[in-house]
Amino acid sequence: MTSLTFPDCAIPISNRVHWIGAFDPLLRSFDLILKTANGTTYNAYLVRGQQGVAIIDTVKEEFAEEFFKRLESVANYDEITLIVLNHLEPDHTGALPELLKRAPQAYLYISHQAQSMLKGLLKLDEKQLQFKPVTTGDHVDLGDCTLEFFHTPYLHWPDTQCTYLREEKLLFSGDVFGCHFCDARLFNDLVGDFRFSFDYYYAHIMRPFKKYVLDALTLLEPLALDLIAPTHGPVLRDQPRRYLQHYRTLSTPRKEVVDKTLLIFYISAYGNTARMAHAIYQGASTVTGLRVSIFDLQGGEVEPFVDLIEEADGIVLGTPTINGDAVKPIWDLLSSLAVVNLKGKVGAAFGSYGWTGEAVNMIESRLRGLKLRVPVPGLRIKLIPTEEELATCQTFGQQLAETMTQKQAVRELDFSQI
Amino acid sequence: MSKAQLTFSDIDVTVTVPAGVRVIEISEKVGSGIVYGCREGDCGTCLMQVLEGWNNLSSPSVLEDKILRELMAGKHYRLACQAQVLGDVVVKPA
Ligand SMILES: Cc1cc2nc3c(=O)[nH]c(=O)nc-3n(C[C@H](O)[C@H](O)[C@H](O)COP(=O)(O)O)c2cc1C
Ligand code: FES
Ligand SMILES: [Fe+2]
Ligand SMILES: [Fe+2]
Repeated sequence: MTSLTFPDCAIPISNRVHWIGAFDPLLRSFDLILKTANGTTYNAYLVRGQQGVAIIDTVKEEFAEEFFKRLESVANYDEITLIVLNHLEPDHTGALPELLKRAPQAYLYISHQAQSMLKGLLKLDEKQLQFKPVTTGDHVDLGDCTLEFFHTPYLHWPDTQCTYLREEKLLFSGDVFGCHFCDARLFNDLVGDFRFSFDYYYAHIMRPFKKYVLDALTLLEPLALDLIAPTHGPVLRDQPRRYLQHYRTLSTPRKEVVDKTLLIFYISAYGNTARMAHAIYQGASTVTGLRVSIFDLQGGEVEPFVDLIEEADGIVLGTPTINGDAVKPIWDLLSSLAVVNLKGKVGAAFGSYGWTGEAVNMIESRLRGLKLRVPVPGLRIKLIPTEEELATCQTFGQQLAETMTQKQAVRELDFSQI
Repeated sequence: MSKAQLTFSDIDVTVTVPAGVRVIEISEKVGSGIVYGCREGDCGTCLMQVLEGWNNLSSPSVLEDKILRELMAGKHYRLACQAQVLGDVVVKPA
């Protein structure tokens, strides 16, 4: 439990802005995929302009009462002219249906991509909602101040946007720059050490979208910043720009090699799939402009392999078929890849089998499901590979390597060949 | 049955296909970089750019049109899980 008491009224964070979120100190697991050692906060904000009050995001449904109490401490419902939703995830839209009942005049400001999600998520009829889709370059006037919108898709939902209050140099960043960390003192210069929580949140939530993070940073970096107000964890008022720099560092590829890289992972009980792996390795290594590596999954941990795969251009997975399936270490590796972006990488599968040989096809489907492209059909060899079959493995490796280095000639195929 | 040529410019592969097939049916088999999510015209993951022959694709359904608009896609962009090949086209991942 926590020893600090949580204030139950709104907390001012700048001239025009109050924090009206909720504290959830007892939460230990979030979205099934994240842990938190000391809970989280759902940060919602209220902006008071001369011509209207804006609410930026809400809270998880169970915390609605806490949110309304804080809201009521600084504004009346009939003053609310608009509600900005930086993304529609339920931890920030849970209190929205009730808020709309209390402030039916309010207009929703959401991204274009959020439109089709409104209905599915809020169980509200699209036609009854007053909403305006916005994107970079759009803004809304509150009299003495304006909210400007920035299209920052996939951070971490497709509909994510950020909202900037220029007059106060304040960025409402949504989950970007957020973390699961609950501390009643709220501001980054007052709370406990949240560096681990910040990096952990990034690693699990933003990491798959590094490319989009870099695009978003390019949009956000030119802004003057006194304060970043994310939807979870501390409000960043001390050196806010540091967090942008940190995100840039975390999202920039570490790769030093200029060549393309191909990683071969295999697992083998009797050495047959291992022999295939080494022949593929030899074949691929004959092609210039490609750096090839080979790893036995039995000798490694999943985490560092995930790091390697994130920066590789292609992966080849070798597994025998055991009881009609690929073996668990291969599936464990594949199921750990959800935190990295695999789109467009080359994938391939191979393996030795006894009588049915399902594993290779299963891995190929999984690779496609993970959005890799699979340009060379998988290679299966019955039991112990012969010299001739090992030569086939070499050719398979070479073909893959050529596809990756674009050394393969322009191809013309007929429907019947594929 | 009439035939058409479907070219994936990202991998320099041209496939002769019977008219009416959807791009998705071919692109995965030849390993183009076009990738898929829902496979039913709802998520926009399979957005592709049509470099040539954009009149040779079936016209977008109401649903596809809606997704393309939400993605703010230009007029030469289509969803690969929806578009059917009716004549020669050249496509690549968006
Ligand atoms: C962190 C996170 C990532 C998600 N990623 C996806 C996704 O890639 N594709 C998708 O269709 N839905 C995605 N969703 C949406 C969930 O599938 C959706 O919210 C679902 O209704 C949750 O079901 P549940 O209530 O049974 O957990 C994601 C949700 C979260 C919280
Ligand atoms: S794969 Fe979802 S729209 Fe085509
Ligand atoms: Fe979120
Ligand atoms: Fe969130």
